[in-house]
Amino acid sequence: MIEFETVSKTYPGQSVAVADFSLVVPSHRTVVLVGSSGSGKSTLLRTVNRMVEPTSGRVLIDDEDVRERDPVALRRSIGYVLQHGGLLPHRSVLDNIATVPVLKGTPKRRARTAASELLERVGLDPKIGRRYPGQLSGGQQQRVGVARALAADPNILLMDEPFGAVDPIMRRELQEELLRLQAELHKTIVFVTHDIDEAFLLGDEVVVLREGGVIAQRGTPAEILGAPADDFVRDFVGADRAERELHITTVDGRSIAVDGTGRPVGVLAP
Amino acid sequence: MNWLSLNWPQVIELTRDHLLLSAPALLLSVLIAVPIGRLAQQRPRIGGALLGAASLLYAIPALPLLIIIPALFGVPLRSPATMVIALTVYGVALLVRTAADAFGSVDPRVREAAVAVGHSPRSVFWRVDLPLAVPVLLAGVRVVAVSTVSLVTIGALIGVPSLGTLLTDGFQRGIPAEVATGIIATMALALLFDALLVAAGRALTPWATIRHERPLPQEETT
Repeated sequence: MIEFETVSKTYPGQSVAVADFSLVVPSHRTVVLVGSSGSGKSTLLRTVNRMVEPTSGRVLIDDEDVRERDPVALRRSIGYVLQHGGLLPHRSVLDNIATVPVLKGTPKRRARTAASELLERVGLDPKIGRRYPGQLSGGQQQRVGVARALAADPNILLMDEPFGAVDPIMRRELQEELLRLQAELHKTIVFVTHDIDEAFLLGDEVVVLREGGVIAQRGTPAEILGAPADDFVRDFVGADRAERELHITTVDGRSIAVDGTGRPVGVLAP
Repeated sequence: MNWLSLNWPQVIELTRDHLLLSAPALLLSVLIAVPIGRLAQQRPRIGGALLGAASLLYAIPALPLLIIIPALFGVPLRSPATMVIALTVYGVALLVRTAADAFGSVDPRVREAAVAVGHSPRSVFWRVDLPLAVPVLLAGVRVVAVSTVSLVTIGALIGVPSLGTLLTDGFQRGIPAEVATGIIATMALALLFDALLVAAGRALTPWATIRHERPLPQEETT
């Protein structure tokens, strides 16, 4: 369980990035922080592994203040996936995945064997283990990034717009892969994105952020879509967008869902 | 050519002396310049002053430097140690800025990602910054290597034997073949150093040569 207690962050010489943010992320659930740039979502994520120290307030992991923990040990206990993969260009794919276990003192050979198994787990051919990150496609690099985050079997995964830089088809595949992995692994995931559809797809719970880390609404995707708290949320989730306004027409005795522009989008299951 | 056929044992001995002066100086230059360069890159305020001071060292004329060093370090004037120290001073002066640039060339996002997944400050240096700085660093070391090998010849003026001895001796005694041998052997040694460094660079950075190739075709198994 991760708790944010009235977390604020002000960068010197700039406006407030986050003010008085409180949130509880229950264990084994995926919570998505969604907002446009300037909403402080990445800043919030990075307070969990102490890459950002809050100006005031505190972050607790299983009731322990993260400031009590050694930052290096804390970071090794948390899986972290970044937008650009953040892989080491001079290390092979296997060595990249094995980074944290090796830093923790696992013998190299054993760590590499485990890394090879992880490659398969994230849907990659173990043969690519010997290549360098620069030889992989963007989507492959992101999968390697996910494998690296899982290597030390952390309870918590922090994902900072991990699929933001790959093309839409690849992004969809990566999202499905994450859902499949999460169904097996039950990690506590904090996921940051600006893409509301991604948030609704992946989040057990979604937190819509306004500028400065103010929570506009939190709830399940259905709750937010069904009852947007205000105009900001309504606009952000696109509740008024034509493709969100479905109605049913009957054609030859079958119920067809049609969106706001009159385009059929699917058939109701009987 | 006749001169060389009669004197080749001396040439070989002087080549060895030359090597024993330039190799330690080069090694020391790298060992001193890299930490300073790293400090300069991390702390730009101290770094700027440090880089300025280091560059200034290069402006010291060689002969006065060779006289100051024995006074400062307590080594005999006509000793290889004096020469190695002088060459190291020039090597450091040439290399610190490149060393700072080399660490500056490391993608900060890669460094930050390394910290975020749990590298300690020490392992960031050894496992991330230093290996990634090698390509730029090596370019600087190559320049220093060639400059050091040719500067060694100055030692002949204070009586420290090297291939430079062939130049002074050849001029004094009017033997063009001896001077030519000195020049060619010095250049050959410089080229050899350079070739060795290039080979070492390739061996140290297999990832850098591959990176410029086309990405391999995608092989997603899903």
